[in-house]
Amino acid sequence: MSEASRKIRVRCVINGQAVTLETYPLARLLDVLREQAGLTGTKEGCGEGECGACSIEMDGVLVNSCLVPALQADGTTIRTIEGVADRGHLDAVQQAFLTHGGAQCGICTPGMILAALNLLGRTPQPTTAEIREGLAGNLCRCTGYTKIFESVVEACRFARPSS
Amino acid sequence: MASPQIGKSVPRKEGREKVTGAARYVDDLTFPGMLHGATVRTSAPRGKILGIRFGDEIPWDEFTIVTARDIPGKNCVALRIEDQPCLADQQVNHPEEAVVLLAHPDKYLLEKARQSVQIEIDPLPPVFTIDDSLAKKQVIWGEDNIFKSYQVEKGDVDSAWRSAGFIVEGEYETGAQEQLYIETQGMIARANPADGVTVWGSLQCPYYVHKALVRLFGLPKERVRVVQTETGGGFGGKEEYPSMIAAHAALLAWKSGKTVKIVYDRAEDMTATTKRHPSRTRHRTALTREGKLLAMEIDFTLDGGAYETLSPVVLSRGTIHAAGPYACPNVRIRSRAVATNAPPHGAFRGFGAPQSVFALERHLDRVAAAVGLSPEELRRLNFIHEGQTLSVGQVVHEKVDMGKLLDRALELSGYHEKRKRFQLENARGAIKKGIGFASFLHGAGFTGSGEEYLASEALVNITREGKVCVLAGSTEMGQGTNTIFAQIAAEALSLECEQIEILQPDTSLVPNSGPTVASRTVMIVGKLVETAALAIKKSLLQSGFLQEGYSSQQFENACRQYLDKFGPLESLVKYQHPSDLHWDDTKYQGDAYGAYAWAVYVAEISIDTRTAEIRVEDFVAVQEVGKVINPVLAAGQIEGGIAQGIGFALYENVVWQEGRMMNGQMTNYIMPTSMDIPPIRVFFEELPYARGPAGAKGIGELPLDGTAPAIANAIAHATGADIRQIPVTPEILFEMLERVHV
Amino acid sequence: MRSYIPGYEMEVPRNLAETLERMAREPGTWKPFAGGTDLMVLLEAGKLPQRKYLSIWKLPELGGVSVTHTHVTLGSLTTYSEIRQHEVLASEFPLLCRAAAETGSVATQNRGTLGGNIANASPAADSPPALLVYDAELELVSSRGTRWTPYHGFWKGYKQIGLREDELIRAIRLPREKSAWTHFYRKVGTRRAQAISKVCFAGAARMESGQIADVRIALGSVAPTVLRAIDTENVLRGEKPASAIVHAARETLAREIAPIDDIRSTARYRLRVAQNLVAEFCEQLTA
Repeated sequence: MSEASRKIRVRCVINGQAVTLETYPLARLLDVLREQAGLTGTKEGCGEGECGACSIEMDGVLVNSCLVPALQADGTTIRTIEGVADRGHLDAVQQAFLTHGGAQCGICTPGMILAALNLLGRTPQPTTAEIREGLAGNLCRCTGYTKIFESVVEACRFARPSS
Repeated sequence: MASPQIGKSVPRKEGREKVTGAARYVDDLTFPGMLHGATVRTSAPRGKILGIRFGDEIPWDEFTIVTARDIPGKNCVALRIEDQPCLADQQVNHPEEAVVLLAHPDKYLLEKARQSVQIEIDPLPPVFTIDDSLAKKQVIWGEDNIFKSYQVEKGDVDSAWRSAGFIVEGEYETGAQEQLYIETQGMIARANPADGVTVWGSLQCPYYVHKALVRLFGLPKERVRVVQTETGGGFGGKEEYPSMIAAHAALLAWKSGKTVKIVYDRAEDMTATTKRHPSRTRHRTALTREGKLLAMEIDFTLDGGAYETLSPVVLSRGTIHAAGPYACPNVRIRSRAVATNAPPHGAFRGFGAPQSVFALERHLDRVAAAVGLSPEELRRLNFIHEGQTLSVGQVVHEKVDMGKLLDRALELSGYHEKRKRFQLENARGAIKKGIGFASFLHGAGFTGSGEEYLASEALVNITREGKVCVLAGSTEMGQGTNTIFAQIAAEALSLECEQIEILQPDTSLVPNSGPTVASRTVMIVGKLVETAALAIKKSLLQSGFLQEGYSSQQFENACRQYLDKFGPLESLVKYQHPSDLHWDDTKYQGDAYGAYAWAVYVAEISIDTRTAEIRVEDFVAVQEVGKVINPVLAAGQIEGGIAQGIGFALYENVVWQEGRMMNGQMTNYIMPTSMDIPPIRVFFEELPYARGPAGAKGIGELPLDGTAPAIANAIAHATGADIRQIPVTPEILFEMLERVHV
Repeated sequence: MRSYIPGYEMEVPRNLAETLERMAREPGTWKPFAGGTDLMVLLEAGKLPQRKYLSIWKLPELGGVSVTHTHVTLGSLTTYSEIRQHEVLASEFPLLCRAAAETGSVATQNRGTLGGNIANASPAADSPPALLVYDAELELVSSRGTRWTPYHGFWKGYKQIGLREDELIRAIRLPREKSAWTHFYRKVGTRRAQAISKVCFAGAARMESGQIADVRIALGSVAPTVLRAIDTENVLRGEKPASAIVHAARETLAREIAPIDDIRSTARYRLRVAQNLVAEFCEQLTA
């Protein structure tokens, strides 16, 4: 039986910090973040790019980290949920989720917040239709989405820190 | 003095951890030297196990391997009875039944090994349908494939038919539904003869898991410890199943001497764990010429899968809810849960009631048409009032006014105007619109003598720092347990929520408050918390260290002084069953539930007749729920439940093949996205319930009962299609529309 | 994760030439890996027998959208997001932009590529029907050279395309000749977002005095391959879309497609809906 490929080094910037991680080329970026980088805020819900619980920003663009092979994260800049709050100060989206019931069980919340931030980064004052579409890749089983929309609308009313 | 806590939308207690990604779910935890665990399952629906073949090219000496023979105590997952094995031994009875467990430090190699193991089966003839099970084509469970049956008798059904002005019959079916919590099932276990067994994991009922592990290992209760980790949704799917996965992790831990983590991927979770029971209901209804209910004869059957698990209890709730919030002098309900060779079906929010309520509310719209009344007129004529009796003979003591709820719901949804307008507009164009409603009730708490049997406890104590700790076995899984308990205790003690700490459920620390199910957590356990908190307050006041009208600082001081002088202060409160509630288990009659929530839901839908795609355009939910403790959390529960109900009605179709779910991926098992959910408008009426904490009743399951039938009735209004089953997929509706045209 | 991750290899070639050279040296051993939105799903399910990949995700020779007077040429690595954001594509090739918008979700659209979609050759893919309507041509490169081939006819069978083992899709070229046509796209899926299509219809027609002067119709999910409904086009071409013609188009379409029962839908539903969509298309042409 032929043996495995050698591990590779993945160099990237995660939440502003340069890191070097050793892993297999086709290991999922999701697992690399959670296991090698110790950033367990990004979650697995389906492993097939349907639920968005694993959403992160890679080079400014929203991606499902369960579908990104580790090798392709080399040289990228990554933001996960752990990089959203600024030294303990919650982002407006996070704050709104707290006051408006955007999080219930919380497992979809990290991905949902990344998706919301990404949406607001592209469209600062989205319509309800744009919010629905921007978050359509993030499944929530608890809230029925209603209070997530309300939270995003609330967050829009405040200036957001730059991403 | 603190501000009132009841009726306030206090932000979620563990909210900050959740929005920053700091909350730790079971798969976020690792232990030194931890092994990963995996489960080898059969694909056969039924058969004798001839042998287990381990693949070549796997370094098996590196693996921990567990079979039924390694079980120290009894090979069962103890629940109500002990018919379900933890690991199949001589025979398998459903696809995906667990046979072998493996553990290894390398999760990739573990999966490779798992795939290499073959379970050799000598097939036995399986049973897959309710009819085949009832016909006893094969007896696959017990003597007759029947897990449980009930018969409810009120009045004299048989003689009612003769005097009926109208008799209407109908048969209705609901399919299986997957709970689809976004966090899959997972457990971590440490187990050895010296330390006993400890498990950490995603679960709703720590003491269910505790009981199962005690039996599996034959250990004394004190040697088993169950700790709930942050749980990413449950909805009943983590009521009984976690005992199985905890048992598996613990067996691997026991044999390997290491900590073992088992986390299911989505495919395994979907195909191997519980689902909502599929159902079939037959109605036969007699009415006077004016449309008053004379008799209801209801036949209700659930498909329970291969083992009993909770089927008798699901059947019970479905049975009791089958005749709805109506006054009918003569009722007979015959019900049964039967065995098939599928993975056992289990708890899912609503727990039998969504099934029987779908049938009833769909049936009553058809009854109305037969009698020449509108759906609304029929309901008004028959709504139950205070002083009248429900089907099981329970006298309604609540000042419920279903007519008023109906008024409000219809007004808020623009029902009458839309009902007329859609009829006109539907004549032209490809899009047809409809609006329909369902009126229903949902009992909170365990049925009948259940709460008495559970004998739940909750404990409140204080610390020197002035913190008030609530110790209960009730779990937070998003529905708001932590926050509501904090509000209840804060209100009782005139403090702010920040001063209340809710302990993580850990069976070595917290008492058994019963399972977190049945819409009971606020109403039953919350009441215990309230009572305990009041007792603490009383003790502190009586001690002289505290005077009425105290500030939080004064409370802190009093705690310190009290503890220094007298030692620990705690109040343990045990559930007291109200003496005026009586239930007869043999006749299945009496006071089924302490309190009910009452509701009317209105769904507006549109259908593109070219594709039969159905969209829910607007949804109005009006419910009377006693006191609303936290408006944002309460509305969130209703909205989330309605979304699940929309899935139940339209999207969530389990594709079965020989007892196995074939669409066990999120790509092919469809739950609603943000684009599929309409604006949902939630309205509460509050008639405080004297026995609930601050007057609250239970609401968690309520929305699952009325959503699907409201949608089905709206579809019927839009198209004339006589909906009899859910989910109503476009494929099914398309066929019906072709028939309506022809 | 149902695949043995250590058993997979992926390397980053420095440029396109190196990629092609390696693919030629060991045909079938190394395959290109773009955004991974199809391949990683197969990997997770344990259904990816191919073990060695060359990551082409960042190769500049394969990116970018260039516009001339006569054509728009999309590099095979053009993502769905890039398609949606491109001005000329949005105004002249709305079917392709609609398809891109209805593929997966924002996150998938950021990583999914048009070349990957074509190479994956799923009959349920959302973009191929639009590409067929727009008479797309593919540029295929190998170490032996370059060839252009029409996308129509590229499909050989279920999940089989005319791409040789040492070849890679370099670009997709669309003639800019249909901007004045009437375009119609409809994907009927399992829900409103993130849905695999049950039936996908793309159509465009050039109308002259109420007559269909020219027409293209392509469908997905109703046959082993995405297909051009040539016979149905012929029924409509030169006619006014009155009810008799629409009826004939419906009947012809029913004979041209071969839908099946599968985990998502039924043959009968797909057939009827496809027929309804061609009728809806015709309605749009008279509007």
